[in-house]
Amino acid sequence: MAQQAFAESGADLELSGITKRFPGFTAIEELDLTIPAGSFFALLGPSGCGKTTTLRLVAGLEEPTSGRILIGGKDVTASKPYQRPVNTVFQSYALFPHMTVLENVAFGLKRRGIRDAAGRAHEALRLVELDHVSGRKPAQLSGGQQQRVALARAVVNRPALLLLDEPLGALDLKLRRQMQLELKSIQSDVGLTFLHVTHDQEEAMTMADTVAVMNKGRIEQMGAPQELYELPATAFVANFLGQSNLFPGEAVSSSGDLLVVGTGGTRLSVPRERAQRHSGEVVIGVRPEKILLHSEEPDAVAGQNVLGPGRVVDVSFSGVSTQYQVAVPGLGTLVVFSQNLVYGSVVSLGAVVWLSWGVEHGFGLADDPASIEQPGRFVDDTDTSAIALQQRAALEAELDEA
Amino acid sequence: MSAVGRFLGRFALPVYGVLAFVFLLIPIAYTIVFSFNQVRRTNIAWRGFTLDNWTNVCDDPTVCQSFANSIVVGVVATVLATALGTAIAIALVRFRFRFRSGTTLLLFLPMASPEVVLGAGLAAEFLTAGVPKGIGTVILAHTMFCISFVVTTVRARVAGLDPALEEAGRDLYASPGQVWWRITFPLLLPGIVAAALLSFALSFDDFIITNFNSGSFMTFPKYIYIASARGIPPQANVIASAVFFIALIVVVVSQLTTAARRKRLARG
Amino acid sequence: MAFGAFATTAAQSQAEDAPRRRSWVALVLLLPGIAYLALFFLVPLVSLVLTSFNAPGPSGAMGDYVPGFEWSNYVTVVSMYGEHIIRSFLYALLATAFALLFSYPLAYLLGVRLRRFPLVQALGVTLVIAPFFISFLLRTLAWKAILSDEGPVSTALHALSLLGSDDHITGTPFSVVFGLTYNFIPFMTLPIYTSLERLDLRYVEAGGDLYAGPVQTFLRVTLPLSLPGVVSGSLLTFIPAAGDYVNASSTFLGGTGTQMVGNVIEANFLSLQNYPAAAAMSIILMAIILVLVGVYVARSGTKDLV
Repeated sequence: MAQQAFAESGADLELSGITKRFPGFTAIEELDLTIPAGSFFALLGPSGCGKTTTLRLVAGLEEPTSGRILIGGKDVTASKPYQRPVNTVFQSYALFPHMTVLENVAFGLKRRGIRDAAGRAHEALRLVELDHVSGRKPAQLSGGQQQRVALARAVVNRPALLLLDEPLGALDLKLRRQMQLELKSIQSDVGLTFLHVTHDQEEAMTMADTVAVMNKGRIEQMGAPQELYELPATAFVANFLGQSNLFPGEAVSSSGDLLVVGTGGTRLSVPRERAQRHSGEVVIGVRPEKILLHSEEPDAVAGQNVLGPGRVVDVSFSGVSTQYQVAVPGLGTLVVFSQNLVYGSVVSLGAVVWLSWGVEHGFGLADDPASIEQPGRFVDDTDTSAIALQQRAALEAELDEA
Repeated sequence: MSAVGRFLGRFALPVYGVLAFVFLLIPIAYTIVFSFNQVRRTNIAWRGFTLDNWTNVCDDPTVCQSFANSIVVGVVATVLATALGTAIAIALVRFRFRFRSGTTLLLFLPMASPEVVLGAGLAAEFLTAGVPKGIGTVILAHTMFCISFVVTTVRARVAGLDPALEEAGRDLYASPGQVWWRITFPLLLPGIVAAALLSFALSFDDFIITNFNSGSFMTFPKYIYIASARGIPPQANVIASAVFFIALIVVVVSQLTTAARRKRLARG
Repeated sequence: MAFGAFATTAAQSQAEDAPRRRSWVALVLLLPGIAYLALFFLVPLVSLVLTSFNAPGPSGAMGDYVPGFEWSNYVTVVSMYGEHIIRSFLYALLATAFALLFSYPLAYLLGVRLRRFPLVQALGVTLVIAPFFISFLLRTLAWKAILSDEGPVSTALHALSLLGSDDHITGTPFSVVFGLTYNFIPFMTLPIYTSLERLDLRYVEAGGDLYAGPVQTFLRVTLPLSLPGVVSGSLLTFIPAAGDYVNASSTFLGGTGTQMVGNVIEANFLSLQNYPAAAAMSIILMAIILVLVGVYVARSGTKDLV
């Protein structure tokens, strides 16, 4: 039994060579991942990418097909969930409906035989500012309150590692913001290692120190949020984290600091150190908010990429900025975000415009252009049959445990 | 966990399940087997296989007559109880009225009362009122105890029905009558059918309440009760076995369809 | 199914939002059924109460009684049949306990372990209700034949000298409790199955996540969450078992020393035509059941039964 005292601090999590196969499909393929102690780590990806399976493997709710899981240097691959120094804030919260809030929070402490379980539970409830409802049943709380109770129920055990499974998914925008802040402050107060799984890029970027973008059972790219956004390495990351304009083309010259790419009858430059591939067929891109719109052809200046003329085919106002769709012959439709500095849109629908951006904002991807489908108007990021299969398999695994 | 423990954990329950099912089915198997027995005076010892009992079911006319009586009582009581109970179920879910909790209690109590009390109470009432016992009193009694079960079954279905569907019907120019027949009723139908089947089963197998209120009127269970003193003719086993197989087929078919649908859903 | 009869229903909540509209529609829907129940359920109860106070008629003939206020009827029946009352509730209690012990593992197997095999699960549920498809009386008679002195069980036990030559299985308290248990097992299994089948396994996972081993998780999470099914099944078993007179009847599994309240009521009403005694016994039976059920329900904390 897990009778060890509270974790002094967060512990490292190390996944090495983890593969998880369910009947009919592979959820995770040869995953290696190290999360340093005390960090706030987010696994970001679309539904069915394997992120929840990864979390469940760490929690011990699934067994990996192969590979090892180490927490604080200790191999826990074979131990049961109740033997691991890990707690989970479940997506559904999974608050025991037949117990009061206090009983829920004290549950783990009592199982471990820790003295003054009720006192510590009250303390944890005070941390999430819910001590005044400790006598209620979970069903009598709002969604946000339930979420905080679930958090308290996990944190009170001082696990070496705290797992968060899309815990903010059910909350409305305002509550989410509040909870994000609360999570951050709890993390800095108690110094745990947080592993957060989410499909919400904004949530991942605002909360985590390190974000790993997951796709089809593999990690596409990992790094600080800003780094991932500014310098996406793959088309998947470029499109999943925010939006991107991508240009497949051929590397024409790669002299000096710049990589010049011929695409759609024009030439675009990217800094060499911001490009993953330097020869042959390549894909380069730029974020929509880096692009400037011009109603007249701008003068060619060194250090600027210029495209045009193009035609504005759609304008949509979104408060802070306005999104323009600009059709450029030979290059397709580009997206441009422009801050609303003045009242009304700068250019109107149907206008002829030129586009420019600083060369330093471009990035070059590691993908082979042939393997990239330009994102359609509706990006299908959820393979429902995969989700259904995964859920089925997950349920079967649960049943084996039960 | 040791290997033995793991083995037990995995297989103890399924093995227990198989044994439990065997236990549950023993008397059923016995009844069916003895419908094929060659009988001289009593149907107790096994004397050899024959189909005679099945081909000559009505050799004992009382058996067939009481069976027919049970069917008639079951059908009439089912129709009455289903109609009355469905109406109550709809009212309970869709309307707020002053005596709601009183009504719920009134529906709960017949299910919480022992059958002897229901039977004796009705018999006392009929006695006081001077109503002669017979098929009529039996039907009245059966309808009474079936209503609560119909309400419980149908109410769950009504509660699961999205009121927006009926609103959509009204929005699309359906009159109240059309809304009921074209939207509400078809959606409630599975629940109503389940309630009707349950009513029929309860009525068909009822003995205790019938015994108090039937006078000389004979139902199938009552016939068995009376005959049990001198020995049950094998024809009774034949009828019971036939009913068993019919009921089994009905249930298996409906279970298979639901299970298949669930499986398809799970596959996505 | 109606086996949820005693379990929580979601129906309440919808009516809470339902507007107080068109109350005449509600009246039209409710009135026939409620009037029916009043006439054939409530009035009979009242008439039982009245009958229980009747006094013997002037003719003194069998079955002749006049309205009266004979409290002594109750004193008489309790002194005559006190033993039967105690026996009834003892047998019913034992049958409920055995049925629960038998049913819980079976319901767990069907509702939790077999969840991923919908077809096997459906087959299992069908097998549990299969006894309902064959006459209750014939099932009991089948057990009588199997357990009788000439039957296989007695023969085997006699051969093994586990049963003395003068001992019988049928006609004993054992066979009556056995029959009651067997006959009401489906009433116990189905409600427990229903609550276990609905049990959200994520609670079980959360138990594991919070350091509870399999046994602790079962005791603190699974069992409490299936309690409504246990309560419902116990009531569905206990109530009819306490009032049953078929199993205890001497032509079925009982003997002279196993008579229950139901047998007393039947004999007094239908053979002896002592209607006041039968009525008084019915009222006593009903009253004890209501008290016991009330206490049980209150203690198990399942408030939303009614």
